[in-house]
Amino acid sequence: MVQFFLCTALVICLLIFFCLYRAVFGPTVFDRIIGAGFVGTKTVILLVLIGFIYRRIDMFVDLALAYSILNFIGTLIIAKYFLKKGVHEHP
Amino acid sequence: MITATVTGAFLLAGLFLFFAATVGFLRFPDLYTRMHATGKGDTLAMLLCLIGLAVFNLSDSPTWPGLVQSVKLIFIAVFWFIASPTATHAVLRSAFESGVTPWTKDGKVIIDKTGDGKES
Repeated sequence: MVQFFLCTALVICLLIFFCLYRAVFGPTVFDRIIGAGFVGTKTVILLVLIGFIYRRIDMFVDLALAYSILNFIGTLIIAKYFLKKGVHEHP
Repeated sequence: MITATVTGAFLLAGLFLFFAATVGFLRFPDLYTRMHATGKGDTLAMLLCLIGLAVFNLSDSPTWPGLVQSVKLIFIAVFWFIASPTATHAVLRSAFESGVTPWTKDGKVIIDKTGDGKES
């Protein structure tokens, strides 16, 4: 089962790598926010999988919980900031 | 054996949804459609993956700490099931108020917030 978790974690790493394209080269700033949030979501699954691979799930489940809450708060605060400030991008 | 099958099925379903959401995120034409792909695929994929991992953890260590860890995994899933649509909605409202126009096939502006008939 550990090999299966390892393969799943590798595939998720590959998807994170593809997702970074949109987070880096996104046309608007909101694409970058969404890309960062998407990477954060996959990182939570990756943390839980690493916990199962290293057999320390008691520690990594708390890390995943804290990371998911931080991801949510970060996305919400950046969205609120740009709602107040607005984007001024002239292509 | 049966728990391994259940875990594998849940994880593969979640992985497929992650893949579909990533493809949609890379290939859809504008911000709102991309948000449509990630906001839904993301949430359901996380739910499926965490349910599968919780089932595996419960069968791997059927003790009280193992039960608590499984409950924490389910709690992450439930929390994200509430939090991800909220975050997506906040980003979408912020984008709409900032004047990001939706994509149309012939380039015509449907929602004209500024009133000058041009794409902002």
